[in-house]
Amino acid sequence: MFTFLVQRLFQAFIVMFVISLVAFAIQDNLGDPLREMVGQSVSEAERQTLRDELGLNDPYITKYARFVTNAVQGDLGTSYTFKRPAVGLILDKLQATLELVFGAAIIIIVVSIPLGVYSAIHPKSVWTKIIMAFSSIGISIPVFLTAIILMYIFAIELQWLPSYGRGETVSVLGWETGFLTSDGLLHLVLPCISLASIMLPLFIRLVRSEMLEALSSEYVKFATAKGLAMNKIYYQHALKNTMLPVLTVGGVQIGTMVAYTILTETVFQWPGTGYLFLDAINRVDTPLITAYVIVVGLIFVITNTIVDLLYGVVNPTVNITGKGA
Amino acid sequence: MKFFKTKLAVALLASGLTFSAAAADITVAYDSDPVTLDPHEQLSAGVLQMSHMLFDPLIRFTQKLEFEPRLATKWERIDEKTFRFTLRKGVTFHSGNKLTADDVVWTFNRLKTSQDFKGIFAPFEKVKKIDDYTFDLVSFDAFPLVLHTATYLFPMDSKFYSGKIDGVDKSIIIKHGNSFSSTNVSGTGPYIVTSREQGVKVEFKRFDKYWDTNSPGNVDNITLVPIKENATRVAALLSGDVDMIYPVAPNDQKRVERTKNIDLVTLGGTRIIELQMNQNSNEALKDVRVRQAIVYAINNDAIVKKIMKGFATTAGQQGPEGYAGYDASLTPRFDLKKAKQLMKEAGYEKGFKLSMMAPNNRYVNDAQIAQATASMLSKIGITVDLKTMPKAQYWPEFDKCSADMMMIGWHADTEDSANFSEFLTMTRNAETGKGAYNCGHYSNAKVDELVEKSNVETDPAKRSAMLQEVEKILYNEAAFVPLHWQNLAWGAKSNVNITPIVNSMNFPYFGDLVVK
Repeated sequence: MFTFLVQRLFQAFIVMFVISLVAFAIQDNLGDPLREMVGQSVSEAERQTLRDELGLNDPYITKYARFVTNAVQGDLGTSYTFKRPAVGLILDKLQATLELVFGAAIIIIVVSIPLGVYSAIHPKSVWTKIIMAFSSIGISIPVFLTAIILMYIFAIELQWLPSYGRGETVSVLGWETGFLTSDGLLHLVLPCISLASIMLPLFIRLVRSEMLEALSSEYVKFATAKGLAMNKIYYQHALKNTMLPVLTVGGVQIGTMVAYTILTETVFQWPGTGYLFLDAINRVDTPLITAYVIVVGLIFVITNTIVDLLYGVVNPTVNITGKGA
Repeated sequence: MKFFKTKLAVALLASGLTFSAAAADITVAYDSDPVTLDPHEQLSAGVLQMSHMLFDPLIRFTQKLEFEPRLATKWERIDEKTFRFTLRKGVTFHSGNKLTADDVVWTFNRLKTSQDFKGIFAPFEKVKKIDDYTFDLVSFDAFPLVLHTATYLFPMDSKFYSGKIDGVDKSIIIKHGNSFSSTNVSGTGPYIVTSREQGVKVEFKRFDKYWDTNSPGNVDNITLVPIKENATRVAALLSGDVDMIYPVAPNDQKRVERTKNIDLVTLGGTRIIELQMNQNSNEALKDVRVRQAIVYAINNDAIVKKIMKGFATTAGQQGPEGYAGYDASLTPRFDLKKAKQLMKEAGYEKGFKLSMMAPNNRYVNDAQIAQATASMLSKIGITVDLKTMPKAQYWPEFDKCSADMMMIGWHADTEDSANFSEFLTMTRNAETGKGAYNCGHYSNAKVDELVEKSNVETDPAKRSAMLQEVEKILYNEAAFVPLHWQNLAWGAKSNVNITPIVNSMNFPYFGDLVVK
């Protein structure tokens, strides 16, 4: 166990090193940050002076060494536009993003499981065909289109739901949440549905196929032959076994969903990390871009390491010591 | 739901009738929010918009581009180099300090250290205090644009910004880091900032000791939110979440106009969109006939109608109407036959190849405009190799003048014709900074001389004649391809009367905004 942990940590360290190199290397190709900082009539000489001040004219190695020295002390640079340390800024905005992902995850769970189970139990029903057709369409509509259509119907035409932002939030132990105010909840509805719409069809299909597989398995046939009530077979035996693979996939997909927030957040002006990142690219806020890539990379590395460790705990057949099988 | 809504509307109407004189609170959505609260940190529309809310200039432009007194009540030229201003009495800063000439002197000296603003104030030597409410603005040479420049002088509270905090000078201007003045503010303006979460919202409250008690403005609280996506911004207005938006994209204007209880307000803009023809990189563009042929081949009227949906004014010269150098006879000239004939005369009957670059997220519909011009040029045999890219990548290319034709939009910070030539068409000179954006490498000694002369000519009529001559020369020599001036468009609920407070510089005077 200990050797495995050390090995994993070492691997994580290598991965982070490579990510930092890449994140840092793309900086020079993102454009000129000075253009966003100075007015149009500022002369080239003035801009050069400012570049020198910012250290943008130093050679790559010098810049990278300076960056790493600061990074190991927890300082990933200061955002040009926000004039604040980039890490603190990202962590602040992460709250809004995580709430969005959480809301979408709930929608996915609440909708995909019943629909998937239903269509597996009643494969020939008209409803199943409708659900399947709907999920095919859903998978092929890009998220920003879903978002704009939802906004058009519910915000402009019906005027039931707000069109942008987080609304009112309350602070609970330093966490700004929109889940505890009615205004905040209303603001969550459309962005969460939009974000959920990407993964929802996938999960309906996944639940359905896993359930179908369970239903055709030997133990279900045996239970049926034994004369157990069908509901008990479906919901107690088959569903339980369906959920394992769904949870595994779900865990991985949550990470992907954080990435998809970039589009959803931009359309709904949701003040989270996705919007922050896109805005940083538009403004060539290089310290913020680099910090975002590194922080997100770090989140992935940490969750993957934890998942690997847990996997070993949950499933004893996985040999985590790496010694012969 | 409908029943409920009607009831709600009646209730709102009733309360509106009862408290018709009551002040209002509004939410305004822009495409971005100011990056700083320091009025001298960045010369950009966002910062100037903010300055007009938190500060007051000495003088400001009216909608007709005339001068209107603000903190200066009177002004007169006492000699070629000196302008004497009288300062308004009884003006209080947000901190409670009184405004005096010392604050103007202090602000002027600070402007001289600002990277972005010192260019505008370069012709001036100093501000000389005469007494507490009188001061002289002294230029090095005779200078015609004193009043134009005075619209950029927003007196700051010198006592508030002087001294040190944590060992750092409070007045220091830092572009890429935190400073006292980028988060703390004391001006004379109609509003104070009560809270600010950058990128999310800024909340303004009316300053209860505002000097301008004659202002009809009745808005107590303004919340400014940035909404970057055009579609979302319009949706926020149409759904009633916000009361006013800027900008309204051309594609959404019809819809905003058609909606009941929502108004679209448009004004002719002053930003010229043009294409420069690089004479250094493409031999053919050295020939004046080829350049003329290109101008004749591009149907900018069609671009305005089809691509801009009428949301622009077709241009034939650099400066728009109302500017000193504007010449009404210099109209757009689309004539395909003439263009072909000119190509033939120049010996390019079979055409030639050229490269073109344009940004795709800087100006309204910039990439589509570039594509349209490329296909128009193909009709006279010119094959265009077009590249469009985001502005972040475009500007480094523009600095290198990478293509034979480059798109550029320009707004004169001084609201004056000479500024266009100084940056776009005068001979490039790294030392003086003239022609810094002249990627056409167009050079004409006569143009240079006329613009230089106009900069020291204080007689408006003579000066105007010089600048008109400049425009005429540029027109005849086809120094660049003029396309259009982008219009400005705001959307607002009908009870928010924005028509009198907006202007072509895009600095809405929120202090005077009336909400019914």
